[in-house]
Amino acid sequence: MNNFIAFHTIIRKEIHRFLRIWPQTLLPPAITTALYFLIFGKLIGDRIGSISGVTYMEYIVPGIILMSVISHSYANVVSSFYSTKFQRNIEELLVAPIPNWVILFGYVGGGIARGLLVGMVVTGISLFFADITVNNLAVTISVYFLTATLFALAGFINAVFADSFDDISIIPNFVLTPLSYLGGIFYSVTMLPEVWQKISLANPILYMINAFRYGLIGVSDVNINVAFMITGGFILFLTLLSLLLLHKGIGIKN
Amino acid sequence: MNALSIKNLKKTYSNGFTALRGIDLEVESGDFFALLGPNGAGKSTAIGIISSLVNKSSGSVSIFGYDLKKETAKAKSCIGLVPQEINFNQFETVKNIVLNQAGYYGMPKKTALMNTEKCLKQMTLWDKRDTVSRRLSGGMKRRVMIARALVHAPKLLILDEPTAGVDIEIRRSMWEMMEQVNKQGTTIILTTHYLEEAESLCRNIAIINDGIIVEKSGMSDLLARINKDLFVLDLSDPISNPPQVDGYDFELIDNKTLQVTVPKGKNLNLLFQKLSEKNINVLSLKNKTNRLEQLFMDLVNE
Repeated sequence: MNNFIAFHTIIRKEIHRFLRIWPQTLLPPAITTALYFLIFGKLIGDRIGSISGVTYMEYIVPGIILMSVISHSYANVVSSFYSTKFQRNIEELLVAPIPNWVILFGYVGGGIARGLLVGMVVTGISLFFADITVNNLAVTISVYFLTATLFALAGFINAVFADSFDDISIIPNFVLTPLSYLGGIFYSVTMLPEVWQKISLANPILYMINAFRYGLIGVSDVNINVAFMITGGFILFLTLLSLLLLHKGIGIKN
Repeated sequence: MNALSIKNLKKTYSNGFTALRGIDLEVESGDFFALLGPNGAGKSTAIGIISSLVNKSSGSVSIFGYDLKKETAKAKSCIGLVPQEINFNQFETVKNIVLNQAGYYGMPKKTALMNTEKCLKQMTLWDKRDTVSRRLSGGMKRRVMIARALVHAPKLLILDEPTAGVDIEIRRSMWEMMEQVNKQGTTIILTTHYLEEAESLCRNIAIINDGIIVEKSGMSDLLARINKDLFVLDLSDPISNPPQVDGYDFELIDNKTLQVTVPKGKNLNLLFQKLSEKNINVLSLKNKTNRLEQLFMDLVNE
């Protein structure tokens, strides 16, 4: 019961935080993705035609939604947990009788909440541009949730190791954004030369985007089961790593 | 029962600096205990380990009989910490800071709200409950940290320089508050650089220097060891040389200010009588050093 109250306190605080600053957290992805849909989907997409039997606009919608989920679930945890370290109010949690897993799940839960909320905002905007009917609701929701979880965990680890505000922007700018763009948001990997197709398969985001695309419109370049295994494997690994870091107090204590 | 029991506690940081070289310390339940030492002596490291903010290298810590390593949650539940530096979210309201802390301790919302109100009223911050904390004065921020530390009704309250940088009026009101909390049964461990604060509030004392405890005793026992007092005398008329009186050491600060060292047991009446015989009239007298300060300097310089 005590742990549940502590978990509830952390997650309520986290959700309150990103809702309080909604012009920074919810509004920008709405504007950015509306521009993506307008420019890439509408203006350029009409000239591209169809991919895998669907219109270009329909093809890019799942990737753009999932890219928003990835970047915002990550950004929420990395910025919030790093600020907590920076302002030293992490000490409020460390002195309290809260198990490490409650701290982790509280922050990750906040990241998931923001990722999913931003995803819903972007999905709402996409409905103005494309007529999406869900192909497989279970796959869609589970990929949506698992991806938010994975990148919230990754954001947590980034925040643990970060020593400055620069450190929390390096991974999103130089790793996540390129991997998302190269993960087949705007194209099918089958359109690439064979060598680049093989290289692309090493990008885990490619699997998530394709699994989500399968859930929404029934089109994928990869095997869905492999996508779930990769995502689940990463979640397990990052969870264990986060708990180990908290247990050792790396980047937090001393 | 001991509120705190520390055995052979050692800490060496990753950069090789040894902050604690093996300290043993026991604080009885209900005590008002002073942990003193110069900067870098190891006080904050010791407090950091007790409150789980710093990992120890070796040794053991138990809080009200609960081993901090084996029964972490129970041990932590007994502690309230007021750290040296402001460490709450500066963008949160006063009420939310205290309320969230109650939540971290697993307190149900109804009780948390009641305790938050009680603690904020005790710290005279209830009127500021909806103010964003960064807009508070320095003294108010310190009181927020005390309210936050008290919200789960800890049995052991650790105050790490709680009055640093606050004006004398707030400091005195905080002393009253600390005494009141201690009288209600909460054990208090206080670190401070204001030695008069420790002298007037605490019953027992430990002095830490260079990572080891150099003194551990009752405050009154310690003060009884003082063997001299230093006084400053304001004179009515100027003098050119310090007077010579057996048993007293004089030093002329300026031609109307005289400093005198009085050994323990020597009578001040005799001093005034001797000065009067030399036509030296004293207008006023003040104790130059705090008694504990004098002992403290002797102990850490040994």
